[in-house]
Amino acid sequence: MDGVHDLGGFDGFGPVTPEAQEPVFHAPWEGRVLALSRVLGASGVFNIDQSRFGIERLPPYVYLSSSYYRKWHLRLENLLLEAGFIDADELAAGRALRPGPKLPRGSVSASDVERLLSRGSYARPQRAPARFAIGERVRARNIHPKSHTRLPRYVRGRVGTIERVHGAHVFPDASALGRQDAEWLYTVCFTARELWGDEAEADLCVSVEAFEPYLERI
Amino acid sequence: MSDMHDDTEHGTPSHASELSEMEVRVRALETILTEKRYVDPAALDRIIESYESKIGPHIGAAIVAKAWVDAAFKRALLEDASKAIAGAGHTRRVGDHLIAVENTPECHNVVVCTLCSCYPWDVLGLPPVWYKSAAYRARAVKEPRQVLAEFGVTLASSTRIRVWDSTAETRFLVVPMRPAGTQNWSAERLAGLVTRDSMIGTGLAKSPALAAGEAG
Repeated sequence: MDGVHDLGGFDGFGPVTPEAQEPVFHAPWEGRVLALSRVLGASGVFNIDQSRFGIERLPPYVYLSSSYYRKWHLRLENLLLEAGFIDADELAAGRALRPGPKLPRGSVSASDVERLLSRGSYARPQRAPARFAIGERVRARNIHPKSHTRLPRYVRGRVGTIERVHGAHVFPDASALGRQDAEWLYTVCFTARELWGDEAEADLCVSVEAFEPYLERI
Repeated sequence: MSDMHDDTEHGTPSHASELSEMEVRVRALETILTEKRYVDPAALDRIIESYESKIGPHIGAAIVAKAWVDAAFKRALLEDASKAIAGAGHTRRVGDHLIAVENTPECHNVVVCTLCSCYPWDVLGLPPVWYKSAAYRARAVKEPRQVLAEFGVTLASSTRIRVWDSTAETRFLVVPMRPAGTQNWSAERLAGLVTRDSMIGTGLAKSPALAAGEAG
C-alpha cells in the first residue's frame, strides 16, 4: 500500500539525532512488546509480512507520532483482535474473559527461545529460471497494490541494474495474504540521478532488494 | 501524566499513577495472553534477557576484526557471510541471507531500511532509535553524505557512497576500514575498535588514539 511507512526520500523530518549511551529498551514494557511479538509470531499467529502489514495499516497520524514499540503494541492488539484470539472487552477489562482458539503452532516455552532467536531461512525452491541476469538493465514497475509490498515508491518507474541474484525467496506480497509463493530476489542498483534528478550526487548509488514481479525488461 | 490529586480522589496507590499509558496497556495484553495460555512469561523473560545481555554489536565486531586479520575469512565473508560465520564456529548461529559489504577508500557503504527497520539483529542486536527514525529512513537514500556529516563522518569527496536499502530478508553488515596504526594487533584487541555505527555505515572504526582516550 502507498502508506506513510514508505519513507524513502521524504523531506522535513529534520536531522538524525543519535542518543548517547542508548539503552536496549527505554522502558520495561518495550521489551515485553518485543518478546510478545516474537513468541506470537513463532506460534503462527502471524508471519513477518503480515506483521509488517499490521504496522503499515496503522493510521498515518498514529504511525508518524508513535514510538517504534508503541507501533508494535498497537499492531499486536489489532492482529490478535482480527484473528479472534482476544476480544475488545478483554482488552478493556485487562483480563481474559473466555478461552480463545488454539494457536496454530502452540505456545512457546522458555526452552524454545534459543531456537526461536535464530533467524530462519526465507529461501525456497525455484520453480523457473531467473528472468534477469547480473548486469542487465531493468525498470522497477509502476505498481500500487493496496496490500503489502516491498517495492518502495522512490524506485517505481526508475531504471536500475541487476547487481546480485539471491535465488528464490518467500514473496512478501503473497506471504502477507497467507500464501507461500516464492520469487527470484535481486539486488538492483539505481543511480541517485535516476532517482532524484540532476541535482543529486553524481557517484551515489542506492540499491533495493527487489523480487522478480517488481521488475520489467526495458 | 501523574497527578497526585487524582490519585487521592480515586484512591489509587501512588505508584500506579506512575505507570504510563503504554505500561498499562502492555500489562493488560500480557495478562490476557498469559491467562489464555498463549504465552509463557518465562519465555518472554528469556527473550528480553538475550537482547539485553547476549545479542549485540560485540558479535559483529568480532566478525569484522577476524576479517581484518584473516584474509581467507574476509574473502569467504564477502562471498557468503552467513556461511563464512557458520564455518568460523562463532558461538551463536547467524541467520541466513547475511551479506557483508566492505568499505574502501573508493566506496563507503551505508545500510538503511526505508520501509520499516530491517537490521541484522543476529550480529548487531536490536537497532538504535535513530536507525528506526523517520529522518534516517527518509534521508539516507537521498542525501547520505549530509546524514553522515551529522554523525561526524566526513568522507573524502573522491569516496563514493553506496546505500543498501534492506527491502527483503537479506541483511547487511558493513565491514569498516581497519584503522591505521593497528599492525600486529590481535583480533580481540581490534574488535574493541569496531563500533556499532561503523557496521551500519554511519560511523568509522575508532582509531587507536581515540580508543586509548576513552579507556583513560
